[in-house]
Amino acid sequence: MELIRISDVQKTYKTGTVALYDLNLSIKKGEFVFVIGASGSGKSTLIKMLYREEKPDKGSIIIGGINVAKLKNRKVYVLRRKLGVVFQDFKLLPKLTVFENVAFAMEVLGYDKKEIRKRVLEVLDLVGLKNKVRQYPDQLSGGEQQRVVIARAIVNKPKLLICDEPTGNLDPDTSMEIMKVLEEINAMGTTIIMATHDRDIVDRMKKRVIILDHGRLVRDIEKGGYYNEKC
Amino acid sequence: MKSVRSLKRYFRDAIHGVFRNFSLSVASISCITITLIVVAASLILSMNVENFSDSIRKDVTVVMFLKGDTTKEDENKILNELKTISNIDSNSIEFKSKVDSAKELKEGSDIFATTVDRWTEETNPLLDSYMFKVVDIEKIDDTVNQVKNLTFSKDKINNINYGEDIVHQLIVVFNVVEKICIVAVLSLVLVTAFLIGNTIKLAIYSRRREIEIMRLVGASNISIKIPFIIEGLFIGIIGSIIPILITIFGYTSLYDFFGGKLFGSALATLVEPMPFIYNISGILLLIGIVVGMIGSYQAVRKYLKI
Repeated sequence: MELIRISDVQKTYKTGTVALYDLNLSIKKGEFVFVIGASGSGKSTLIKMLYREEKPDKGSIIIGGINVAKLKNRKVYVLRRKLGVVFQDFKLLPKLTVFENVAFAMEVLGYDKKEIRKRVLEVLDLVGLKNKVRQYPDQLSGGEQQRVVIARAIVNKPKLLICDEPTGNLDPDTSMEIMKVLEEINAMGTTIIMATHDRDIVDRMKKRVIILDHGRLVRDIEKGGYYNEKC
Repeated sequence: MKSVRSLKRYFRDAIHGVFRNFSLSVASISCITITLIVVAASLILSMNVENFSDSIRKDVTVVMFLKGDTTKEDENKILNELKTISNIDSNSIEFKSKVDSAKELKEGSDIFATTVDRWTEETNPLLDSYMFKVVDIEKIDDTVNQVKNLTFSKDKINNINYGEDIVHQLIVVFNVVEKICIVAVLSLVLVTAFLIGNTIKLAIYSRRREIEIMRLVGASNISIKIPFIIEGLFIGIIGSIIPILITIFGYTSLYDFFGGKLFGSALATLVEPMPFIYNISGILLLIGIVVGMIGSYQAVRKYLKI
């Protein structure tokens, strides 16, 4: 079943740089998709459009029945509640503990305390951080911080998890640990779209790979690898 | 249930916001405190100037001299006619016979005393008079004209004196002073709003990541704004505490110190502390709250646009 349908999407920045040309793409529920490409290929723009940080100039992006391209600023939250986002630079709140950072995502949606406590501990267990609930982000390693971000992204049980170079700041071993967590989440039915530069990861995971080059979709490989596909 | 929970969360987040960002909250609160103290001082000053000019205006007395001798009947008729004019303060109307005037003159000066002593009732050159005050000094000329045209009184009037030239000058001067006070207070309030707004903007600028994350995890714009607006409300309230205390205790002490009058003059009376200090405190609290809330709202709004 289709979760995302991108049709004829085009994006030109105010500087005149064309980030994406007539992009057409379909992603099914439960898929794990890597988006790869060199700097300036348009992968960040694509990722940002999926969570409506950027708007396309043309075309439509339908995610779970919502046309993201036409979504009004004050309605963005409707889309964001259906998805989780993981960033390279974590974006954690330094003054909140691990537990509070994850709980924050549920609190803003108005869940009650008991529910929040139960679910937060559940996801922290899933990412292997149950023993670090009271620590602050600066007391954690990079890999641990990224796990907190993943926990926060999935705590509201989103259908889609968008990861923008989540292993970009991590060493290879930690990166693989993060990938294991993501694979586990994917196995539970969450669709994952991940932009990355990491060849090793793409090669090892053998998932669907979308390659962008100068704003165009140049390859869409069912079970591909980075290294084998020149880009 | 969910909305009650949300409301509780908004208040809790607002309180947390104040304490978690303590140094920034202190900066905003200090800014509100300092500017409100200046606003309080200017309000107190301008209200007292207004009070001072008001008491002078109210003190302007119109003296209406009457022709010849006035019988008791004439006296009453004139009094009743004067009472029909709305701009005349009817409680202030006072009849002074020429005998009373002579007595007053005698008591006022030794030089006049010997002269006055020589006057008999027939040779007393003074005139009977009516004295009254007006409600609205700006209409004093019209009121005097009305008096001059009263059916019965008009033939009895010798002349009316109210120091026209000085009164006219006073009206102009007080109007200018009043306008200056209003402009000064309003511009100060505007400057205050601008200063506080900017400080809050800076405080919220450093929390833009928090706002970004709130948006990212699916918080609606309104649920992001409300805790910040409540935080602005708290900051406004806390910031106005010291200016209010200074107003209440400072002004009362000042009033007591001067005994309610400046330079010992009955004209330069200070505004009575009650309920004045509470009115000023209310205004300060209102400015603190409104500016705190609007400042926060404006600052957050900026980060909710893509």
